[in-house]
Formats: sequence, C-alpha cells, structure tokens
Amino acid sequence: MYVIETRDLTKKFKNLVAVDNLNLQVSEGEIFGLLGPNGAGKTTTLLMLTTLRNPTSGSAKVNGFDVVKQPSKVRNSIGIVFQDPSSDDILTGYENLKLHGMLYGMPAKLREDRIKEVLELVDLTDRKDDLVKKYSGGMRRRLELARGLMHHPKILFLDEPTLGLDPQSRDHIWTYIEKLAKEEKITIIITTHYMEEADKLCDRIAIIDSGKIVVLNSPSNLKKTIGGDIVTLKTKNPNIEKLKKLRFVKKVEIKNHTLTLTVTNASEHLPEILKNIGKVESVEVHSPTLDDVFIHYTGKEIREDSPEGGWAERAMHMRSNK
Amino acid sequence: MSETSGIYALWYREFKVFLREKSRVVSSIINPILWLLIIGGGLGASVDIEGINYQTFIYPGVLAQTILFSSIFFGVYIVWDRKIDFLKEVLVAPISRTSIFIGKILGGATDALIQSFILLLVGVAFTTIGIIPGLNLNIITVLLSLVVLLVTTTGLVSIGLIIGSQMESPEGFQLIVSFLVFPMFFLSGALFPINNLPAWMAPFTFLNPLTYAVDALRGILLGVSQFHVAYDLGIVSLFSIGMILVGTQAFKRMKV
Repeated sequence: MYVIETRDLTKKFKNLVAVDNLNLQVSEGEIFGLLGPNGAGKTTTLLMLTTLRNPTSGSAKVNGFDVVKQPSKVRNSIGIVFQDPSSDDILTGYENLKLHGMLYGMPAKLREDRIKEVLELVDLTDRKDDLVKKYSGGMRRRLELARGLMHHPKILFLDEPTLGLDPQSRDHIWTYIEKLAKEEKITIIITTHYMEEADKLCDRIAIIDSGKIVVLNSPSNLKKTIGGDIVTLKTKNPNIEKLKKLRFVKKVEIKNHTLTLTVTNASEHLPEILKNIGKVESVEVHSPTLDDVFIHYTGKEIREDSPEGGWAERAMHMRSNK
Repeated sequence: MSETSGIYALWYREFKVFLREKSRVVSSIINPILWLLIIGGGLGASVDIEGINYQTFIYPGVLAQTILFSSIFFGVYIVWDRKIDFLKEVLVAPISRTSIFIGKILGGATDALIQSFILLLVGVAFTTIGIIPGLNLNIITVLLSLVVLLVTTTGLVSIGLIIGSQMESPEGFQLIVSFLVFPMFFLSGALFPINNLPAWMAPFTFLNPLTYAVDALRGILLGVSQFHVAYDLGIVSLFSIGMILVGTQAFKRMKV
C-alpha cells in the first residue's frame, strides 16, 4: 500500500495549469523529493496533498484518506513545515510547540514529553523560553521542523526546508532531516529547487517542470541516465565534426564558446579529446549531477529562473498565488 | 475532544499575545479615560442631560465604545495571522473551522472584557473621589454590565473576524473598519440621549445594535433607559447570534 497516491491530480488557475495530471506513488518510509524550478507546481501539489487547496480535478489519497472527502483525517496524519515561517514570533519556542500539541489534541503528559524530545532533536532546549522573534532564520526553521514532528505524523511535508538559509544552517537542517528519517521512521516529502538537497536526502526524486513529472527515479539512477561524465571546454573554434566521430563522446552541445560533452570514462579519454579539438582555453570534468539530469530532460537550467530567496519577490509570488 | 482542546489552544495564544503587548492594553484604557475626562468634563461644564451630570451620562457610552473598538479591531489579528503565515499552521491542524472561529471569538472577547473590567474599576474609583457622581456601581451592577458587555462583544468580535477573514492587508482592514466603527459609535447614543433625535437619524440609531448595549448599560448603571434592559439584552443577543452564524460561514470559506 502507498502512503501517498495521486490520480491525475490537476490544479488550474485562471489561465495557468499549475499541476497537470500528476500521478505519484510514495511508499512508507521513503524520503521523496519533488524537484523543479520555481513555478513548476511543487508548492501547489503540496497544498493539495495537505488539504489547504482543493484540486480542480483528479484525486489524491494521503495515508489512505481522500484529501477532499476526509480532510481532517488527512490532517491528523501529516505534519508540515511551510516554505515561509509560520510560527508566532510573539510566543516563545516552547509556547509555539505547546500550542501545536493542543491544536492536535495531544494529552498534556504526552505533549510535554514530546516537546522535550523534539526540542532535543533540533538542539533548541536551552532556547525554548526565548521569544521566536529572537531566533535566527535557521533556528526558526529547526523549531518548525520540531513542531511538524511533534504529533507523530505518518508523513512529514517539507516545503523548501532550507530556502534562504546560509550554507551552515542548511547543513544543520539536512543532518536533522536525515536523523529524524532514521529515528522516527516516517515518510518525508520534500520540495526543493536545490539540486544538492534532493541529491543528498532523497531516496527517489520526481523532476517536475510546468506541472508535469518529467522523470522519476532514484538520484543515482537519474545520474546514470546521463551515461557518462560531463566535460566542459572553453574554446573558440572547436572541431565538432571530429569530436562527434569519437565513440566515447555521447553528446555534444555548444553554447557561446562553451562546449559541453557527455563522455564515458572522461578521465581516461580526456587526452584524446584535447588532441582532436584544437586550441582550448580551459577544461573542466565532473561526474554528472542532478543539474545535468535536469538540463538533459528539460533542456534548460534550473537556475535560469531567479532563485526565490528575496523577500520582496516571495511576497509578490505569494500574492500572485492567491 | 480535540475540538475543545483546539479551541482552548487558540484562546491560550490570543491571551498570551494580549498579555505580552502591553501597549495595546494601556492605550485601550487611556483612550476611554480621556473621553471621560476631556469630552465629559469639557462638555459637562456647560451641559447636563435631564438632570444627569454629563460625565456620568456618557460613562456607559464610553464603556460601550471601548468594547466596540477593541472587539472589531481584534479582527486585524487574523489578517496578521495570514500575513505571518501562522494561519496556515492553524488551518492545517485537525480542527474544524467552526472551532477556529469560536477560539478566536473567545480570545477577542477576553481582551475586550478585561479592558472593560479595568474601566469599571476606574469608574468605581472616579465615583468614590467624586469625579463621576451618581453612578450606581456595586457587585451586582458590575456583574450585570459584564453580562451585557460579554454578549455585545461576541457579536462585535464576529464582525471584526468576518471582515478580517476576507481581507489580505491590515491597511485595507483598518480602512473598511473605520467606516463601520465611527458611525456605529456616533449613532449609538453613547454621547447623547436617543429620545429626541432628528427624524433622519432615528432609523440609523435604532438599527444599530450598539444603541441597545448603551441603553442597557445606562439602565443598569444609571437607572435611566429608553427600553427595558431585558429587551435591550434580547436585541443584542439576536445580533450576536446572527453574527456568529455569518462568521462561521465566512470562516468555512476562508482561504489560506
């Protein structure tokens, strides 16, 4: 049985199909990633799975319950960490957690025990009585992670869990997510537009573009589909025809003066490539990343969209979503 | 089970925030005292109404004004909840929209009642030192006033929440609400008697639920009223029940 199952899940706004006949199955205990550029439909999908938006058509079951017909049963089975902080900053960390426990009808004893546990899990025990106002961005995200977990959800949704955080806090959050996936044995759904994040955390990834799943597989299998290493060369007049004849060169792409080759076993074949290509300014070799996978399937870079880190931009984004 | 605990949770949060925002409490008490002392004292120097000292006459009106402003403006907090995204946390919890609405009403009503209770104590003090002569303040009249205030505030908080649930910006909320609150206040008989109104004003005044709250309070605290206190309370109760029903629907339709 799947913990999450969608059938032709679709959400249309006035003149935009945000989510287009999405079919997904997520098994128990998986860390599942929805990866895609901004506006790909990740957050909309999440809002539908968490009963905050109704689908235009199609259906979705979460923990066996229909998101439209049994919303409160769905809500009882899930925890969410939203993209934007949603804790009350006039309350302390502890009060936010207490409030959460009460909203979920947890008995007092269990609630207090659980608050202690989750605070420890995210290392906030000694800051629990400070107003959330005084927390850093990373601490606040950790608090919300703790809150999302507190009521023992079967499924935890994380919407861009590290958006706008500095690299160090991001590493921290990743460590916590991995830790809790192990310790709490829950299913985790992550949306992200950070490739490294999806790569590091997820068992399986669905790459989404314009509301559709482009490809769905494990990160390592996705990278294997590239079928080689990536060689990037800067050169003025490459001899492309000659390169294409080499049997180990799988794919040749040129953009301005940058040549991108997909090559099997690049370290071994690099000298031969250089011999054939002519004059070269610089060479770079790397094993395929999810970035390359994304480009491979969608023909564009995920980062071509401006990152939605800016506050004003996010505010506008929110408004246009309404 | 989880519904009651959810309602309590929402009340708990509003109450904590209320206690923490001291400036809100202070300004909500200072304003009515200024009305009493300055408008009441200034006008009262040359005006009395049917033999009643003007300051004494407007005291029930100022009480009603306090809950009017505090209750309706309470609706802005739901706009803020939406803005800081706290609303999502509440809407995604496994409790019904009706419970969310009830929890919010209780929070707003608590704020308003605490403020009016402080104002009743101020009334006792002013009466004792003779600034407001002739107010009939004792345990029974204070309790009766609190009942009237409780029933009134429920309806008024509902109005604020209904408007707040449909608005996206606090500024928009303020704008709409001031168009509502000031006419309601001025047409309630808080500042003048309602038995001798110009013809065009009378219908507005008698359609205004706050009129009956003011009249009831005046009946309880001064022994002077246009209608029977029970009649006033009946009208205010109907108004509040109506607003709660509308509010429940508004909350069911509310989007994140």
